Amino acid sequence: MYQTNYHRPSSVQEAAKLMSGATEGKYLAGGMTLIATMKQRLAAASDLVDLRHIAEMKGITVNGRSVRIGAATTHHEVASSAELGAVCPAICALASHIGDPHVRHMGTIGGSIANNDPAADYPAAMLALDAKIITNSREIAAADFFTGLFETALDDGEIITAITFDAPAKVAYQKFPNPASRYAMAGVFVARRDNGDVRVAVTGAGSNGVFRHQGMEAALAGNWSPDAVGNVSVDASDLLTDLHASAAYRANLIKVMTKRAVAAA
Amino acid sequence: MAKITMTVNGRQVSGTCDDRTLLVHFIRENLGLTGTHVGCETSQCGACVIHMDGLSVKSCSILAVQATGSSITTIEGLAKDGELHPVQAAFRAHHGLQCGFCTPGMVMTAVDMIARHGSNLDEATVRAELEGNICRCTGYHNIVKAILAAAAEMGGARQAAE
Repeated sequence: MYQTNYHRPSSVQEAAKLMSGATEGKYLAGGMTLIATMKQRLAAASDLVDLRHIAEMKGITVNGRSVRIGAATTHHEVASSAELGAVCPAICALASHIGDPHVRHMGTIGGSIANNDPAADYPAAMLALDAKIITNSREIAAADFFTGLFETALDDGEIITAITFDAPAKVAYQKFPNPASRYAMAGVFVARRDNGDVRVAVTGAGSNGVFRHQGMEAALAGNWSPDAVGNVSVDASDLLTDLHASAAYRANLIKVMTKRAVAAA
Repeated sequence: MAKITMTVNGRQVSGTCDDRTLLVHFIRENLGLTGTHVGCETSQCGACVIHMDGLSVKSCSILAVQATGSSITTIEGLAKDGELHPVQAAFRAHHGLQCGFCTPGMVMTAVDMIARHGSNLDEATVRAELEGNICRCTGYHNIVKAILAAAAEMGGARQAAE
C-alpha cells in the first residue's frame, strides 16, 4: 500500500471539509473494498476520511412503512434489524448474504452503493425499492444514481449520508452466487406495491451495471406469478460475458432468479 | 506516523506506526502477539480474524489507525487463568485442527458465532457462518463438530448459571 494520511471526523460537515483539503482523498466507510484495492496498489488515496465515527450517519429508522438507513450502517446491522425485517425482509436477507460474517461487521450500505460494483447486491435493492440516496447536499433518486460500472451520480467530495424508501407490499431478492467469490452472477430484486406497480432490478449481469428489466415488470404487473416470467425474452446483447459465465447463461439466470424471487415474495 | 491506542485483551496498549499499517501487522509486529495469522492477506481466508468491539473482523483488511480507540480481543485473550476457553477445549477434544494455521481465526470466528446464535446453532448455520474462513487441510468436519460441541456446552453452562 502507498503512504496515506488518515482522518477521523465526527460530523458530515467536518468530513467534507477534510476531503476538500485533500489532493487525492477518498472516503473510507467499512473499507472492505477500498483497503483491499489500496493494498494491491490499484488505488492510491493521499488521504482517507473515515466515515465510521459519525453518529448522524448511523442507524435504522422505521416509521410505518417509511424506512431510513444511515449510510454508515453495516450489513450485519441491516441483516439483523427486526424492525426492518418486519416491513422489508428482502433487504435484510440480501445483507445477510454479502461477503462473510466478518465482512458484514465492517462493510456498510453507503459504501456499497457509492462503489457501485456491477456484482454488488444493494444497487438492485435501491432500484427496485425506488430508494432515495440522501447526500450532504441533495437527494438523488436511485434511478438517476447508478450511472455505469463503478460510476455514480455523486460529485467529487459528496457524501452519502442515508438512504430512504417506502417499503413495498411484496419484496424478495434472489441471487445466483459465483461458487468461489459468492458475488452475484445474476441477482434479481423484485418489488410489488399495493397500487400494482412492479419493479424488477437486476445486478451482476448487465454490462453497464445494475438495470431494471421492463419486460419482466410488464409481465408481472399483469400477472404476479412465477409463470408470468416464462415467455419474457431477456436480451443477452447487453449482458456481461466473462470467465464465470456467458451472456446467454446470465440471460437465463435472470429469468430463473426472477421466478424464484416472485415465488418467495 | 499515527499514534495508536487501544485495549488489547483487556490491557491498554499504545504504539506508533504508518497510517497505512494494517491492524494485523500492528498486532503481530508492534505488540508481539503472533497468534493472529496472516494467510491470504486478501480478505478470503480468515486466519487473521480477531474481535473489534465485540464483533469478528478480518484484521488484514483494516488499518491499525481505523482501530484506534477500540477494544480488541485476539486468540491470546481467550484462555483465562490457565484454562482454555470452551471453544479452544472443544477444538482440542474433537481434533478440530490439523496443521493449525487457520485455527486462531477459526476459533475467533466460532466464539463470535456462538455469541450471536447461542446454543441454537445447527450444522447448516455453522457451515454457512464459516464462509469467511478457509482450512487448507480441509478439516472442516471436525471444526464443525467442535463448534457445535462448544455451543452446546456454553449454552448448558449459561442455563446452569441462570
